[in-house]
Amino acid sequence: MKSFKKRHIISIHDFTKEDIIRILEASFRIEKQGKVGGARNLLRGKVLANLFFEPSTRTMFSFATAMEKLGGSVLSFADMTATSIKKGESLKDTIKILSGYSDVIVIRHPEEGAARYASECSSVPVLNAGDGANQHPTQTFLDLFTIKKTQRHITDLRVAMVGDLKYGRTVHSLAYALSLFNCSLHLVSPPELRMPEEIKKMVADNGCTFFEHEKIEDVLDKVDVLYSCRIQKERFFDQIEYEKVKNAFIITKNMLKNVKPNFVLMHPLPRINEISTDVDKSPHAVYFDQAKNGVPVRQALLALTLGAIK
Amino acid sequence: MMKKEVKIPPIKEGIAIDHLPKNRAIKVAQILDVGREEDGMVTIGMNLQSNKLGSKDVLKIEGRDLTDKEINKIAIIAPDATVSFIKNYEVEEKIKVRLPKKIEGIVRCSNPRCITRSQDMKTKFIAVSKKPIQIRCHYCERLMNEEDIEIL
Repeated sequence: MKSFKKRHIISIHDFTKEDIIRILEASFRIEKQGKVGGARNLLRGKVLANLFFEPSTRTMFSFATAMEKLGGSVLSFADMTATSIKKGESLKDTIKILSGYSDVIVIRHPEEGAARYASECSSVPVLNAGDGANQHPTQTFLDLFTIKKTQRHITDLRVAMVGDLKYGRTVHSLAYALSLFNCSLHLVSPPELRMPEEIKKMVADNGCTFFEHEKIEDVLDKVDVLYSCRIQKERFFDQIEYEKVKNAFIITKNMLKNVKPNFVLMHPLPRINEISTDVDKSPHAVYFDQAKNGVPVRQALLALTLGAIK
Repeated sequence: MMKKEVKIPPIKEGIAIDHLPKNRAIKVAQILDVGREEDGMVTIGMNLQSNKLGSKDVLKIEGRDLTDKEINKIAIIAPDATVSFIKNYEVEEKIKVRLPKKIEGIVRCSNPRCITRSQDMKTKFIAVSKKPIQIRCHYCERLMNEEDIEIL
């Protein structure tokens, strides 16, 4: 099995089923150790460069928290306008310089493929924290971690994905990852925001079954997991159409009356109005825990790529 | 006896690219930057009868040789093409182009938000399928079909 030491974390497609299982196991181990203070010095003396070319709250802070909880320190931009990037420095040069100052680089960039390119310019591991609409692999790992934590396993589950399935990168990566674990997927979206053919083909090639629906009610009481995501206003030419669609995919407390006992409701956040706030207190709502799970998963990825754990 | 009609005149030395899909010869000529100093007679045959393709295009360039990179460029837009290297009116070598697994520095990514569009770097693609042609950008992972392919 390929070692994780010095490996870049760029795209979900770079990982096998076995790799994913190992990352999840490491995340559970680190979380457990962290509770008794055992992981505190794992990355002492190591430096993480947090390179966010685009604003982010959860991802940036959870990477910083993950590094600090393992005893390492974090370099980050306070203000992009004060950097050489604003002066026109190439991404290659920025990465070369920063890989001389740090042991691991975390990058978020608006341009697709930026993280892959950064990994080719860097002498230290690069972790992709989102490259435009392309990939955000650590989000997929924390989504899988949340599913495993709540369902105890990730195989043979019925998972519904609801909302903008056409442009949502999180659902594309998650659908691919779940297809490696024989899950059946229920894809709920307005017709104009259906999952792209390319992703459906990939999922089918992995032997996974999927069904397409247009109403949440058709799947709600049958699935183990419902992954809701935002429908973005800017995707619609016709704003009346947007208002209509947006309101057709709202989950309220009342709708959860007949769900399965193990049912969980997930969302990558931020939400706008997809999940009404009266759902927050329901035991089925796990989206805040999901965001919190970003910490042990990113701790595990940092420790694995820096060779502190196997 | 049937009279064999010579539609494309033979060349003494150079290359003959055959089995190009219909209406593709001009594009191939553009890619090969036809009209350079060293080029002799250039003949473009379009919509010729072909047993294999129904109708096909042909391109002959006198006095020209081809690099591997140029052959790869042809393979991307005409995967069934053949290239004959001609010396003294005889075919010295005939090759069938082959779509390379890795395509570097030849194609522009069709995704306007791809990192290759803003940085000074080489593009890289992985061939996904030959028929129909599909290639995937190594960086932004965009899948490109034949109609999206723009040769650099």
